[in-house]
Amino acid sequence: MSKYKTEVMVGVFVMLTIGALLLLALKVANQTVATEGDTYTLYAKFDNIGGLKPRSAVKVGGVTVGRVSSITLDQEDFTPVVELSIQNEYSGFPETSSVSILTSGLLGEQYVGFQPGFSFDGVANLKNGDYLQDTKSALVLEDLIGQFLFNRGSDED
Amino acid sequence: MKFFQSIGAKTIGKVTAVGRAALMLFGALIAVPRVKNIPLIIKQLYVVGVQSLLIIMVSGLFIGMVMALQGYTILVDYGAEGSLGPMVALSLLRELGPVVTALLFAGRAGSALTAEIGLMKATEQLSSLEMMAVDPLRRIVAPRFWAGMLAMPMLAIIFSAVGILGGHLVGVDWLGVDAGSYWSIMQSTVDWNQDVVNGVIKSLVFALVVTWIAIFKGYDSIPTSEGISKATTETVVYSSLAVLGLDFVLTALMFGIE
Amino acid sequence: MDHLVEVDNLTFKRADRIIYDGISLKVPKGKITAVMGPSGIGKTTLLRLIGGQLTPDKGDVRFGGNSIVSMSRKSLYETRRRMSMLFQSGALFTDMSVFDNVAFPLREHTKLSEDVIATIVALKLQAVGLRGAAQLMPSELSGGMARRAALARAIALDPDLIMYDEPFAGQDPISMGVLVKLIRELNDALNLTSIVVTHDVTEVLTIADYIYILADKRVIGEGTAQQIRESDSELVQQFLKGKADGPVPFHYPAPDLKASFLGADK
Repeated sequence: MSKYKTEVMVGVFVMLTIGALLLLALKVANQTVATEGDTYTLYAKFDNIGGLKPRSAVKVGGVTVGRVSSITLDQEDFTPVVELSIQNEYSGFPETSSVSILTSGLLGEQYVGFQPGFSFDGVANLKNGDYLQDTKSALVLEDLIGQFLFNRGSDED
Repeated sequence: MKFFQSIGAKTIGKVTAVGRAALMLFGALIAVPRVKNIPLIIKQLYVVGVQSLLIIMVSGLFIGMVMALQGYTILVDYGAEGSLGPMVALSLLRELGPVVTALLFAGRAGSALTAEIGLMKATEQLSSLEMMAVDPLRRIVAPRFWAGMLAMPMLAIIFSAVGILGGHLVGVDWLGVDAGSYWSIMQSTVDWNQDVVNGVIKSLVFALVVTWIAIFKGYDSIPTSEGISKATTETVVYSSLAVLGLDFVLTALMFGIE
Repeated sequence: MDHLVEVDNLTFKRADRIIYDGISLKVPKGKITAVMGPSGIGKTTLLRLIGGQLTPDKGDVRFGGNSIVSMSRKSLYETRRRMSMLFQSGALFTDMSVFDNVAFPLREHTKLSEDVIATIVALKLQAVGLRGAAQLMPSELSGGMARRAALARAIALDPDLIMYDEPFAGQDPISMGVLVKLIRELNDALNLTSIVVTHDVTEVLTIADYIYILADKRVIGEGTAQQIRESDSELVQQFLKGKADGPVPFHYPAPDLKASFLGADK
């Protein structure tokens, strides 16, 4: 009897764990194959990346298409280089696309906003390893305030 | 002179204890996979796992609920109560799940393991096994060790899941955070490898440390009532300290360096 | 003469305290050998040395001609299957019933089917008179019954040697009588060799074929019951008659009482 009960209870324990793991996987972490799926890499140089971090989202019009995989500093011109891994299913962006570092909400996380450019003849699509030319840096609050004060100062003259 | 002598003696004592602990673990694990021992592991899984389930689930529920309550009152001032989901989930998965589970496990199952093995030693059951040509390390220590290694991560996962549901209960059902944003912002923030897997790795490390300390303290205890009570206390104290200290190291390794 | 166990010039120290200083014993095959001595001289230690649980500092222990001391771990475990030990407390596994306790060594070391094991267990329990108690848990047994159950477990694998560690300690006269009878009968019926470690003089003199008396780290007397009774050694006589003072002093070694009261010892 007791051996039977033990085995049943251990079985319940294991099922509970699997249930909890499924909850974490599907509902909490939204683990889908796509996040682990094939990606291609693009690079973008910014003057200032503000609070951007590895794993920040890359969004096109609010849809997450990839993540920042790493941030390094170019050793020659000392500007930050952001490496973006974009999921393969979102490919075919034209070369004229631009990226900017945006903030979700007033105090929210920073993410990379990807703006697909116009595609016309003679413009190729972005390929693995390409650099994005058109970038807009993060807004840094201190710079904004400084500019604001400076402008006010010049207005009063 | 006496001062240095006592420091020296203590150091030697500690170092030899670590050596004995390592030898014990090695002796227990050297011949692991024996089909015969699987029922023993299942039985221990019941003792250390199933019997800790209630305390783990109740604690998880309350910790999730408290975090939602605390988080809400802070976040609502910034109009950021939508971030309640990731706050609750990340704290649980990265920190509270593994750490609180390990602390509760040390108190609930670790102390019981120490006392059980200590009493087996005191009542000559371990000696008697040895004389029956059954290695107590393999028969008594190894199944308990593996059961602990399995049970703790399982309990930590359940703890986190129950905590997130508890957070949902307070945050969404009582305080009125939008259910959609609770889950969706959580989903966009929580990363499987970074948060869930790292949490499980943490709790595996804690499982190793807590189970090891508990078993060794029992196995190495002085077989008297005083010795066993001392060993039981030491199990809880040492494992709690080890868990908290290791948690800092692991957190620094996993999340601190970018 | 055939000796199953031979202890040869054995010295054993615990920390700095010498327990045995060059003792030699011979345990003849098929006989009951008793080892007697006052409490606290490490008679249990002797059994652990024979079982290979402790290693002597000097000297040798041989079981059936093979040295226990220099054996590899594997052959030590092989050898231990041929010996068993009845611990003072019985050392039954508290989480199993009496039946499972007795079946334990069979399940560990043989591949017998459960039916066969059940039969063997019933026979062994019958031998110690506890067949009716098979389904009880150890906590439900009296001290004497626990020891008998442990004895059934000790003979489960039909060993060559049984070592009894203080089998009579703390037993009422009836259980004591039962145990004395069991030790004698099992020894003769199963053709065992027995070593009984005890300080209960009267019981032992009735069953033992050969007796060693240990005191003061060495063997102070040996012989058959008759020879021991007639021994002219003062020590042996003190032990047999239970005199409070004699060659084994009443006082634990200490500085002179007067001197230590007057603060002269430092």
